[in-house]
Amino acid sequence: MSAHLSYGRVNLNILREAARKELREFLDKCAGSKAIVWDEYLTGPFGLIAQYSLLKEHEVEKMFTLKGGRLPAADVKNIIFFVRPRLELMDIIAENVISEDKMHSPRDFHILFVPRRSMLCEQRLKEQGVLGSFINIDEYILDLIPYDGDLLSMESEGAFRECYLESDQTSLYHTAKGLMTLQALYGTIPQIFGKGECARHVANMMLRMKREFAGSQTQILPVFDSLLLLDRNIDLLTPLATQLTYEGLIDEVYGITNGYAKLPPEKFAAQKKQGEVGKDLPTEPKKMQLNSAEELYAEIRDKNFNAIGAALSKKAKIISAAFEERHNAKTVGEIKQFVSQLPHMQAARSSLANHTSIAELIKDITSEKNSLYSFSFHVQLTTLHSSFIYLFYLYLTRQVTSEAFFDNLTVEQEFMTGVDTDKVNTYIEDCIAQKDPLIKILRLVCMQSVCNNGLKQKILDYYKREILQTYGYEHMLTLNNLEKTGLLKPQTSTRNNYPTIRKTLKLWMEDANEQNPNDISYVYSGYAPLSIRLTQVLARPGWRSIEEVLKMLPGPHFEERQQLPAGLHKKRQQGENRTTLVFFLGGVTYAEVAALRFLSQMEDGGTEYIIATTKLINGTSWIKSLMDRPEAP
Amino acid sequence: MWREHKHVFSISNVFKLKESKRAVNSIRSLVEEEDEEDDVEKVSWSGEPVGSISWSVKETESSIRSTGEVRDQSFPKIHTAPSLPKNSSGYSLSSLFKEHSEKLLTSLILYLLDCRWSVHDDVILLWQDYVSDWTPEETVKRMQQGKVYSLEKFRSLQDKLLLLDEAVNAHDGNVITAVLIYLKKSLSKEILFRELITREIALRHYIHYLKEIGEQKLLLMQYRDHLNVRDENKRRDFLKNCLSFPFSPDDATHVQDHYTLLERQIIIEANDKQVESSGQADIFKKYPRKASILNMPIITTLYYSCFYHYGESDGTFSSPANIRKTFRISDKQFLLTCLGARAKLKAWFDVDALFTTKNWLGYTKKRSPIGFHRIVDILQKNNAPVQVLQDYVNLVEDVEQKISLAQKYKCHDVIINTYRDLKDRQQLIVYRGKVERSSSEYRKIEEILSNSVRW
Repeated sequence: MSAHLSYGRVNLNILREAARKELREFLDKCAGSKAIVWDEYLTGPFGLIAQYSLLKEHEVEKMFTLKGGRLPAADVKNIIFFVRPRLELMDIIAENVISEDKMHSPRDFHILFVPRRSMLCEQRLKEQGVLGSFINIDEYILDLIPYDGDLLSMESEGAFRECYLESDQTSLYHTAKGLMTLQALYGTIPQIFGKGECARHVANMMLRMKREFAGSQTQILPVFDSLLLLDRNIDLLTPLATQLTYEGLIDEVYGITNGYAKLPPEKFAAQKKQGEVGKDLPTEPKKMQLNSAEELYAEIRDKNFNAIGAALSKKAKIISAAFEERHNAKTVGEIKQFVSQLPHMQAARSSLANHTSIAELIKDITSEKNSLYSFSFHVQLTTLHSSFIYLFYLYLTRQVTSEAFFDNLTVEQEFMTGVDTDKVNTYIEDCIAQKDPLIKILRLVCMQSVCNNGLKQKILDYYKREILQTYGYEHMLTLNNLEKTGLLKPQTSTRNNYPTIRKTLKLWMEDANEQNPNDISYVYSGYAPLSIRLTQVLARPGWRSIEEVLKMLPGPHFEERQQLPAGLHKKRQQGENRTTLVFFLGGVTYAEVAALRFLSQMEDGGTEYIIATTKLINGTSWIKSLMDRPEAP
Repeated sequence: MWREHKHVFSISNVFKLKESKRAVNSIRSLVEEEDEEDDVEKVSWSGEPVGSISWSVKETESSIRSTGEVRDQSFPKIHTAPSLPKNSSGYSLSSLFKEHSEKLLTSLILYLLDCRWSVHDDVILLWQDYVSDWTPEETVKRMQQGKVYSLEKFRSLQDKLLLLDEAVNAHDGNVITAVLIYLKKSLSKEILFRELITREIALRHYIHYLKEIGEQKLLLMQYRDHLNVRDENKRRDFLKNCLSFPFSPDDATHVQDHYTLLERQIIIEANDKQVESSGQADIFKKYPRKASILNMPIITTLYYSCFYHYGESDGTFSSPANIRKTFRISDKQFLLTCLGARAKLKAWFDVDALFTTKNWLGYTKKRSPIGFHRIVDILQKNNAPVQVLQDYVNLVEDVEQKISLAQKYKCHDVIINTYRDLKDRQQLIVYRGKVERSSSEYRKIEEILSNSVRW
């Protein structure tokens, strides 16, 4: 299940194994049969570390979700709570434990706090009178979770809000800790670069921690040549733009959580039982794991969506050709060989079918013209409703969504190229009048503000009033949060430095090639993410060439060196690439990840990138994390 | 904190007997020379306070000063800190001080802390025993009397709230503020605000304090708590309370609007509920209300008003005109909302009136702050009949846009007339092929085409 983690430049499976080892050790501490009671939030991140099979090997027989009241019956010796250190969860645990005691056979209780234990929580358990019931209280430090062969995530949703809105830097501490763990496994990283306040903090903490552990130097040849720490707030623009890579769009449209996407089930049902669709359409969304373990997905996920059709049809041809091979298999040996390949081919075929379905779903939403295929799909649907009007309705609504997507994209691109960013935008106005989702409005208004280095007071006031009148005055708090983080702001100086930044860093490329890209700008069909441009320039020719632009972006930029123990200096082979770990503090988008992968694969790039972040984000999830009361009561 | 200092300067290294005796004597002489009440005024402090006690002292001191109270001299002050060189000592400090007055003891400890020196464990214990006996009443009393006190012993939320309530009962602004400052430092903002909702006097003091130190942002946190108030009347009162907060001018307007809106919604809701249940008004019978209007955004409220209260005189709270004026709704928003509501009711006459303006000669003309193509879209979404639609399609200025809209919504007359006016015979012939042979449109095209005068 984890082989894909070891294919990359850096074997991230080592990190996963270390995490698994620790988990096993804890489980073995609680001898005998066990049941785990899960804080539901943790199951996602844990899924990236271990499957149920690992737990089973260590005598975990049952798993429950943490809920109030009495624990379900289970004939086990140990009950282990896997929880985040939150007070409200402690109350639930106490309730569980108290109602348990009244029952017959005594079971042993344990708590595993993820990622840190907390005095406050233990105090709460004590107040509730149950602290003594626990045999083991432990912590499971889950800082950096291997997400894919070249991607690490802390899966910490609130990191941006905490750091930039609430000035709570706990997540930076966890970041530094995670990086120390990484260095313990992969050797000291000799060079640290960074840009931004938080980056500075993390680097300082790392250097201090290193001094404190000076005695226990790791004798490991360094795997990483350098570390680049980037604050999210040096590039507020990129996450606001709609991602246009395949993976990015899946995330924009359906959302990817802990490596899984939940997709509408209709299309997947249709391909299973052709002919008798409609009898029982599944209503549960289809949950799909998306990572490089799936060969096809690894191949296509970073492509621009406009290149997906061609890639899929090419793949389809290869697969059907492979199946046709059976006619050529004459000898027993040949047949045997064919059969031995069959499972692989079948997996490839079902993977292809799945991605064709997903691509179609997305295409319905994003592209202007509707394909004949999706039309026929709806004809099938209409047999369900036996009403032609319904068909027409579906057809219309779909057209509306695709038009809206297109219009939205046009406005984004206007802003990014600096067109009319200093005026009230009529499209935004219209969207407000139509009561489009608030997050969509906020994404656009913030983008306009960022691309104009702040909005004129009059324009800002106008947008604010329209938003508050249409969506409710309580959103004043959200607008305030956006202002605090700098996403939305009044223009303070007359000078707008965004055009300078755009030109110097070549953030807009007119002739972005979506099919055969030659520049990272393909990930947003023209816009090259600022964060990735900084990374690119750092590798070559170096930041000295863009000092002026760096000064325009918030926070300091710096370089630190860490002494390596003698004899551990890496001697690079001729032509061997450097390995850089890029850490995005406050989140990174899939499109940015795609852009870095593109740079890694460039023939004359000279640098390969491993990416780490506090959380994979998109504009919607990001803005949502900054809202007060995102869901109205 | 104390313990931290200890391992920096261990007592045996720093606090050596001979000199310590001298120091103690010097303090004692200062203290004992004067009366209980006056002696302390002569002692002045220097250097940064490092311990939590000296902090609380400093805080109170400054808060008292800022409000200009007369008691601003109530804390011990020492002019110069004598330097205390090293010497060795086997004495237990607590034994040294046992017989001394409380004032001396506290002065000494504060002095030691002030000099960034470590204090012997015994002294600390003594001190802790001493202060931990103070109840909230006693502490507040001591604060009022200007005596040394410590707030650190109030650790749990419950204790802190007891202390706050006691301070409020004492009606001493300085004491209340001092307690609030301590709570602000030691509690999360959310919890503090939550508790302050129910303690209005304390809340007022806090707001005043925030205003003094210019913390605007925190005020919004306070405002946010209205979300936790379920009952609409209480929520209204809560918002009313917020009105007096020193928000930035911008935010103040919004909060004022929010309050006014909820106030009106409560009136409208009560009234309409009654009218609806009594069955007096047709509109409610025909279109029963689906949900309450309470806590809806202003635009939704305006829509509701245009739906159920159209045509009421400007004077009523529920009339669209009054809402428009009170909440300064832009022309565009007003028009769109009104249009949506009247179109939903198929009140085409009202829709028509929305756009009609009279010029000074008495001619009427149709005008709109937004393009007529948008109006057409909105009407179409509300299933306006072709007869209504085509009036507005005709008002679209751009000819190409007009034709494409007319085609989209099957306004044959508009298309035919436009081609006729453009003298585009070719297009007319093409279009003739698209309509049914037996239809009136077909006949109309035939007629135009055969009218030789025209071509």
